[in-house]
Amino acid sequence: MATAALSLEQAPPISVPLRFFLTAPLFGITAALVLLALGTGAWTTRWSAGALAVTHLMTLGFLAMVMIGALMQMLPVVAGAPVARVRAVSRVVHVLLSLGTLALAGGFLSGKVPVLRLALVLLALAFIVFIGAAAGSLVRARAAAVTVRGMRYSVTALAVTVCMGLLLGSGLAWHWPLAVPELTALHLFWGLLGWVGLLVIGVGFQVVPMFQTTPPYPRIMTSHLTRLIFVTLLLWSPAKWFAGHSLLVHDSAATLASLLGLGYALFAAATLALQRRRRREMPDITVRFWRIGMASLLAGAVLGWAGLWESKAASTSLEFTWGILAIFGFGVSVINGMLYKIVPFLVWVHLQANPGGRGKLPNMKEIVPDRRAGIQFWLHLSALLLLAGAAWMPRLLAYPAAVALGSSNLFLWANLTGAYRLYARILASGISR
Amino acid sequence: MADSIYIELSMDHRRCDELFSAAENQVHRGDWIDAEKSLRDFLDATLRHFEVEETFLFPAFEARTGQAMGPTRIMHLEHQQMRVLFKDLGQDIERRDRGHYLGSSETLLTLLQQHNLKEEQVLYPLSDRALAGEVPELLQRMRAGGPPRP
Ligand code: HEM
Repeated sequence: MATAALSLEQAPPISVPLRFFLTAPLFGITAALVLLALGTGAWTTRWSAGALAVTHLMTLGFLAMVMIGALMQMLPVVAGAPVARVRAVSRVVHVLLSLGTLALAGGFLSGKVPVLRLALVLLALAFIVFIGAAAGSLVRARAAAVTVRGMRYSVTALAVTVCMGLLLGSGLAWHWPLAVPELTALHLFWGLLGWVGLLVIGVGFQVVPMFQTTPPYPRIMTSHLTRLIFVTLLLWSPAKWFAGHSLLVHDSAATLASLLGLGYALFAAATLALQRRRRREMPDITVRFWRIGMASLLAGAVLGWAGLWESKAASTSLEFTWGILAIFGFGVSVINGMLYKIVPFLVWVHLQANPGGRGKLPNMKEIVPDRRAGIQFWLHLSALLLLAGAAWMPRLLAYPAAVALGSSNLFLWANLTGAYRLYARILASGISR
Repeated sequence: MADSIYIELSMDHRRCDELFSAAENQVHRGDWIDAEKSLRDFLDATLRHFEVEETFLFPAFEARTGQAMGPTRIMHLEHQQMRVLFKDLGQDIERRDRGHYLGSSETLLTLLQQHNLKEEQVLYPLSDRALAGEVPELLQRMRAGGPPRP
């Protein structure tokens, strides 16, 4: 029964996850500033320094930042397996990831090799510490839970993504001759359809029915989908790598990629259908964010199919649109929506446990008012539409898109820090009482 | 179906969930009279669920695993936090304070669901394993509602 002693231990201190959650919107703001500074220059090709910098400010600075904080919080809860030395781990990972992401973006933008090298060292360390800690916990976790399985695949995919990212970065920093297009394709699929997507699916199977009060996902989906997607990624990778060698290999890669799209489209369709049958009649901000996320996933799958089977190479605008749908429409929407459940709840729980917590405490909707979350929702949706529009009409929409992205993140940051300030204020008044 | 704490108590969670949503939806619509009754049904079902766990399951688990400070202590603590929120909901209904009710019920829903998640993912499966032989008899006593262990 040694494992039982570890289970359900008190959640980590509030500073552990909040540190990550409050930082993420700052990277969204940074991405917006880069887009403002570069104007249409960021939109020339997806290989432009600006596009790469903004991509990683969002994928590392926003998505990975929140996902890592959430995993530190959720592992003890969902998996019954807390992260060892969680305070130290979270502090170190947070600093390394923040500085590493800034340096990576700076390295892309400036083209300065020493900056890029520094970024690679910082990011390598950040992920070694995080993946090591998460793996230690996931190995001990109960294997049966579907969510634990999703987390295992997701963290494995993160390791693959990071290795390829470091390799690509080293190619730039040390001038190695690498097969960049193929390696980038693998890197971004493992990042978006592995690390991000599998975590959302694995966690979604659990949290959508519970917190969004829907019926459960079909059993056949929860027991097989994450494994099928992971295996398809495994099979697709060598096919993509050798796609240039023969038409047969090329077509197998395309077929496997379509299957990946199908897997995600099924998850999105199931989620939207379940949300229509939710028990609560009260509107729910998280549900609205998830609807955008799932719609983007469907649209991304359709675009992906269209692009794959097109005879000529996909156009720059199409590629940008796909990336925006995957990273911002899917990843950022889903995570932004979850933050509106996690942060008010964490503040509430930690107030309960503290001496300042006596007397009348604010409830979750007093900690983050619906109206403020609702405004940010519309800013986020505008940012998504304007970014997707800017992919086609950069001269017209590059600046409005950047402004919308910045405002949405600024508002998110204000909402989250507002919750934290309320927490700190009540705590202080309790102690002085 | 084999006797299992996991199955029995998870199903009871789902039943309480339904009652919870009924009350909230009625408050949302301003249907106060029905909401009062639904809230009472929800509270009856949920308080009984807590009691069954606290009287039968938790002591049996603690006795078998020798862990009074382990998982059951936290589950107990969360029951207490929920009991406080139950009072808030009752007051909000009396005062017909729709806004505050919906805020409290959002908080309760979140607390309740993450609590259920921990029980269903960790505590119940552990109990089924730890108490193996005792399970059928324990379930019978839970259904009958007594007598408590000495
Ligand atoms: C250690 C962390 C990482 C490093 C060092 C890194 C590095 C790189 C590099 C150097 C490229 C560009 C290849 C080139 O054009 O030469 C790239 C592309 C890309 N990376 Fe990463 N990456 C990292 C993590 C991630 C993660 C976690 C994600 C997603 C979740 C991600 C998503 C992408 C995407 C979508 C592209 C393609 C951008 C485009 O085509 O415009 N990266 N990465």
